[in-house]
Amino acid sequence: MNACDISSVRKDLRILVVEADAAKAKNIIDALLEAGWTDLHAISQVSGLEQSIEEHAPDIVLIDMANPDRDTLEHIGAVSNTKSRAVAMFVDQTDPHLTQAALAAGVSAYVVDGLQMNRIKSVIETAIARFQMMRQMRSELDAAKQALEDRKTIDRAKGILMRRRGLSEDEAYKLLRKAAMDQGRKVIDVAQALVTASDLLG
Amino acid sequence: MTRTVLNCGYVPLVDSAPLIIAHELGFAAEEGLELNLMRQPSWSALRDMLGLGHLDAAQMLSPMPVAMTLGLGGLSAQIDTLMGLSANGTVFGVTTRLAQHLEQITFGDPHALLAGLEAWGPRPLRVGVPFPFSMHRLLLSYWTAAAPGLAVESVTVPPPRMAEAVAQGHVDAFWVGEPWGSDIVARGVGDIVMAGSHVWGFAPEKVLAARHDWTVDNPETTQKLMRAVFQASRWLDLEENKPLAVEMLGRSEHLNLSHEVIEPAVTGMLTPTAGAAPIRVEHFLMFHHHAASFPWRSQAAWIAKQLGADSDGTAAAMSCCRTDLYRKYLGPIGADLPGASEKVEGAMNEKTAVSSSRGQMILAPDAFFDGRTFDFSSNAAE
Repeated sequence: MNACDISSVRKDLRILVVEADAAKAKNIIDALLEAGWTDLHAISQVSGLEQSIEEHAPDIVLIDMANPDRDTLEHIGAVSNTKSRAVAMFVDQTDPHLTQAALAAGVSAYVVDGLQMNRIKSVIETAIARFQMMRQMRSELDAAKQALEDRKTIDRAKGILMRRRGLSEDEAYKLLRKAAMDQGRKVIDVAQALVTASDLLG
Repeated sequence: MTRTVLNCGYVPLVDSAPLIIAHELGFAAEEGLELNLMRQPSWSALRDMLGLGHLDAAQMLSPMPVAMTLGLGGLSAQIDTLMGLSANGTVFGVTTRLAQHLEQITFGDPHALLAGLEAWGPRPLRVGVPFPFSMHRLLLSYWTAAAPGLAVESVTVPPPRMAEAVAQGHVDAFWVGEPWGSDIVARGVGDIVMAGSHVWGFAPEKVLAARHDWTVDNPETTQKLMRAVFQASRWLDLEENKPLAVEMLGRSEHLNLSHEVIEPAVTGMLTPTAGAAPIRVEHFLMFHHHAASFPWRSQAAWIAKQLGADSDGTAAAMSCCRTDLYRKYLGPIGADLPGASEKVEGAMNEKTAVSSSRGQMILAPDAFFDGRTFDFSSNAAE
């Protein structure tokens, strides 16, 4: 199948992304655009989701697994007598691996009944890949933030030791490291304890 | 002894108390269990995590295992109701604007309320509920079916956001579990006009659920879990323990809310409108008393009927209530066991003594607001 065929097949799928974080929504939309889908919409929140669904009449709705608005989507799919077509959560019984991969990546998809599996599958695979990438980026960002926070705490602990015990910066750090080793704890934990104690004692 | 670690899903609500207390007060540890309480962002997420094996057990809305058994909603799986976690504990209320139209109506009068709402409606009444497969929505449908002139549209709103939806007028009314009803009143955006128990006197609210296969593969762990939760529920319904329960539930790692918002559910003293004196609601929330933790098969049958099940579906719903495990595992540690696993739902207007393993036990009133009764004994085959 050549590239032209793919895009002509993909154009007629209408995809709605529900995501409060604008940067994240754009990221997902970009991934889908790159993969050849063009009929894409994003909404930031679910109050009025029912109207959005009716308005856009999406074939597929993509939403973060951790988004509490999922319950609202379930309701629209399960009970509402909207004129729109029935929407159901995507669970592929024939391919449990795909369902588990979606769960692990943290993406859930709601699809209109009666869509051909091969058309849905490629959308979901694209979404899974992008969610995994965002998750990876997020955890790297969190790790970097944490490292910076730890650095600040250790610097404060060193400062306390330098002031109270008249040590040089190097000596202060060595003392922290020794205390940590003696107690079988991490330097950051000892530093945190020292900072907390010092704050309490004033 | 190394403890068995159990991944246990929950949604932070006052009625997740049995799981939180089982963990905090060491009832789980006494059984050699470590409950890894995993807060879930939504009921759908909780259902997926349990159904797909990432959680061993979970707190569920009582209609969820039935819906999953019937293949309704996102994910079907064979999920068992091991025992009840709570009975009642929900409230129905309206926006302050709508409350002005209902001023003459006494608190807790479902008939007068229906008439008042019927008279109000220029358009369908939009009611916020926590999930499509919740006792809240089923009671709402059952109750409002008595007023054919009243058009109702139910919409799911995640409970922590219900107050906002009420304030912004996205919904005209709400049916929620505590603490979210009291939260709405405290913010002055809505009034509570009745409790769920005014529509059904004894409605199963949350249940402890697990995959059927898991209970078969892990009989000992299932037993330990049920025992720990049973001890916690018994502790929770002792009057003298309530202040400590409120304190523990409020902590940041659990509900992260002030005591004032948690107390009404635990004490049954509800404030209907901001600044008013609290009203005592009998049997507002029960964890243990009156066989609240017994997974009555007739309750599952009632739920299945409301969800439109046929007789096969009703039988399947009844068989997912593990009264067999409840009797086998909890009888030996002092649970009083009712003689039958079904009752005629709605038959008791008053507290009623029924035969039990220890002689007799007192069941709480379970009448419906319209006086109807439901006998599922023809479906019964234990």
